[in-house]
Amino acid sequence: MDVEILSRLQFAGTIMFHYLFPPLSIGLGLQLFLCELAYFRTRNPSWEAAARFWTRVFAVNFAMGVATGIVMEFEFGTNWAAYSRFVGDVFGSALAAEGIFAFFLESGFLAVLVFGWDRVGPAMHLFSTLMVFLGSAFSAVWIVVANSWQQTPAGYHIVWHDVQGEMMPRAEVTDFWAMVFNPSSVDRLTHTLIGALVLGAFFVASVCSYYLLKKRHEDVAKRCLSIALPSALAFSLLAAATGHDSAQKLVETQPAKLAAMEAHFHSSDEPTGLTLFGWPDTENETVHFSVKVPYLLSLMVYNDPTKPVPAMDQIPVDERPPVWLPFQTFHLMVAMGTLMIGIAALACWSWYRGTYANKRWLLWAIVLMPLAAMTANQAGWITAEVGRQPWIVYPSVQGGVEMMGLRTADGLSESVTAEQVLTSIIMFGIIYSLLFAVWVYVLNSKIQHGPETGDELTEYKRTLKPDSMSDQFSRSGKPLGGEMLEEGVE
Amino acid sequence: MSYDLLTFIWFVLLGILLVGYSILDGFDLGVGILHPFVAKNDQERRLVMNSIGPLWDGNEVWLVTFGGALFAAFPVAYATVFSSFYTAFFLLLTCLIGRAVSLEFRSKVHSTAWRKLWDVSFFLSSFTAAFLLGVAGGNVMAGMELGPKYHYQGSLLSQIYWYPLLVGCLTVSLFALHGAIFLYLKTEHDLQARLRRTITPLFYVFAGMYCIVTLATWWHVPHATVNIAEYPVLWVVPVLNALAVLNIPRAMHLGKPGYAFFSSSMVILALASLFSVAIFPNFMLSTIDPAYSITLENARSSAGTLQTMLVIAAIGIPCVVSYTVIIYWIFRGKVKLDPHSY
Repeated sequence: MDVEILSRLQFAGTIMFHYLFPPLSIGLGLQLFLCELAYFRTRNPSWEAAARFWTRVFAVNFAMGVATGIVMEFEFGTNWAAYSRFVGDVFGSALAAEGIFAFFLESGFLAVLVFGWDRVGPAMHLFSTLMVFLGSAFSAVWIVVANSWQQTPAGYHIVWHDVQGEMMPRAEVTDFWAMVFNPSSVDRLTHTLIGALVLGAFFVASVCSYYLLKKRHEDVAKRCLSIALPSALAFSLLAAATGHDSAQKLVETQPAKLAAMEAHFHSSDEPTGLTLFGWPDTENETVHFSVKVPYLLSLMVYNDPTKPVPAMDQIPVDERPPVWLPFQTFHLMVAMGTLMIGIAALACWSWYRGTYANKRWLLWAIVLMPLAAMTANQAGWITAEVGRQPWIVYPSVQGGVEMMGLRTADGLSESVTAEQVLTSIIMFGIIYSLLFAVWVYVLNSKIQHGPETGDELTEYKRTLKPDSMSDQFSRSGKPLGGEMLEEGVE
Repeated sequence: MSYDLLTFIWFVLLGILLVGYSILDGFDLGVGILHPFVAKNDQERRLVMNSIGPLWDGNEVWLVTFGGALFAAFPVAYATVFSSFYTAFFLLLTCLIGRAVSLEFRSKVHSTAWRKLWDVSFFLSSFTAAFLLGVAGGNVMAGMELGPKYHYQGSLLSQIYWYPLLVGCLTVSLFALHGAIFLYLKTEHDLQARLRRTITPLFYVFAGMYCIVTLATWWHVPHATVNIAEYPVLWVVPVLNALAVLNIPRAMHLGKPGYAFFSSSMVILALASLFSVAIFPNFMLSTIDPAYSITLENARSSAGTLQTMLVIAAIGIPCVVSYTVIIYWIFRGKVKLDPHSY
């Protein structure tokens, strides 16, 4: 295998593994904040128990996000040196802004969130939780801006630099805000963030529904569900709406990607139908076993059922993305999204009727929903990133001037060999598999341990006196608060 | 503001980020290196780990931001440095991952074998990370086999020879000393007494390495002293460096561990400044032909981007400083274990 395929595989693997964690941090961060806000307003210890419990879950997930995220920050340089030189002027500033505005904020206040429960007052703690949530959302902002710029570049020009006698092109920013608010930033950002919020809401709903099934921690579980279920429904609906917006933009900015997502091979003057499912065959430019709804794609893209949508045959052959993968992942994402809306709507309805806790099949369905949300998040990104091939930076027209793009194949590191990339893939494969197993194990043990009851927490806090803390500790050698809050799975 | 001035400011800002990282994560790594040797039982191990519990994550962000800022301000340097150190750098990343998850997972399960496993991983990843940082620094200092058009022509093996390895040992000993003083500040009773007894030998090891590396640099990296020879005022840096080194045992002897910690931080600052002075105006000197070197001038971003970034930094840095101060204030004092600890 060559360096290009290996480097793409490595990037895809490491980013997909990384992307298991940040959306959950963002989504769970909001749920955690809402629980703590409820505690702050009501001072009900059950809400505090809920917030403390979600903090523990959040911390494990956040650590994984940090650990896998640091790889991403440097992988552009290690594997994509030519790309880094081409885009550094543009992409680097977004990445640096992410570090300075988002990472410091979240990592700093994370300390207060996780370790500060008994050290700072409730108001300061609530503020820290909000800052951690905002920090994680900001980091999504900057990285999605940087990614969107590559898909729909704006606010830049190409400058040729003399590198030891050879002229080399480079993208340089001409208008920072036009770069930040490039044509797809806002749509893609809202869709990405909402995807994360959906995951967080379903995650909380899932754990709480599991408790209801097992008849454990029912007080805390019901409280959290009263937040999680409605937000899961609201965010799933918003995800559909923002996704629709993104797709409508796509026909102007990246028609090749849209054609790939819909496996739309042949242009015609007829209105375009929507393929519900099928098996695209790029060689013969057809879709096997397809079920098509006439007029629907035209209607969805243009709000006009008769206007034809441009097809893949209008794209030069060497600029066409693969079709099978974006088609399937896009349809998978839409299917998962629809499923989530349906299940969330049912759950909210029976919650409203007061029958939710008795519908075991629905409880189990909700327990499984985080998998659907995670699948949708991953599938959406595969669609976006495979659908933009063969470009790592799209060509564009700025002020009537055509700007060159950069092909993925031209973005590689010249000095890196296939063996090196393969070695690092194997190394990360092993480490990430182990980490994943440990993460699942620890997460499961946290969930099995569950939250304290409000009474237990009140009792714990009564014993918590600053002076007695160290004495008691140094004498007994046992954790404070007895065994109550000590976690474990033995 | 002129383009050259902007470039210089960004070189200095990157230096500050690197110094910030080395001082802050330096004690985290040092704590990881010392952890198996100073802690006698599970409770002490948890105390040692929790001394950096709330802090290490924020400290690591300095490195991440350094990466982002290097990418933005000097993309050519970012691209070439990290692709040249490909294998070494992935090892470093693996270590940083290992450190993070060891801290996070170790105390989550009550099993001796489980905890032992993460203890070993915590030590190995901290030690190797510190060592690799030094090896990379040594290579950059001495220059690398950079061919035409920024194509690195060496390999991992050509990065491993006596000089970078010595610098790696220096970094490990420095971080271990720095971490020991930090732990001394954060602990009490027996553990603290034991730390007091380790600081002295650690200091001699570091001082020895410091002398050896200084001589080795004189001998092996003649270009390192060119800038100092040209601007004699820069002699201030090595002199202050030596004073800061000597001040560590003095401050400990006077019973002022905070002052000793300040001194070891200043040693890191001085060494990083010497490093910057030595490589300036190159990021990576080519040992094949100086014309192939990556310099401030050929690596930098456009003036517009450097300016925008300066505005971002001007807004961001006061925020970063203020919440760093808040966090260190909240978690001041001796480390205590509570149900939220690692």
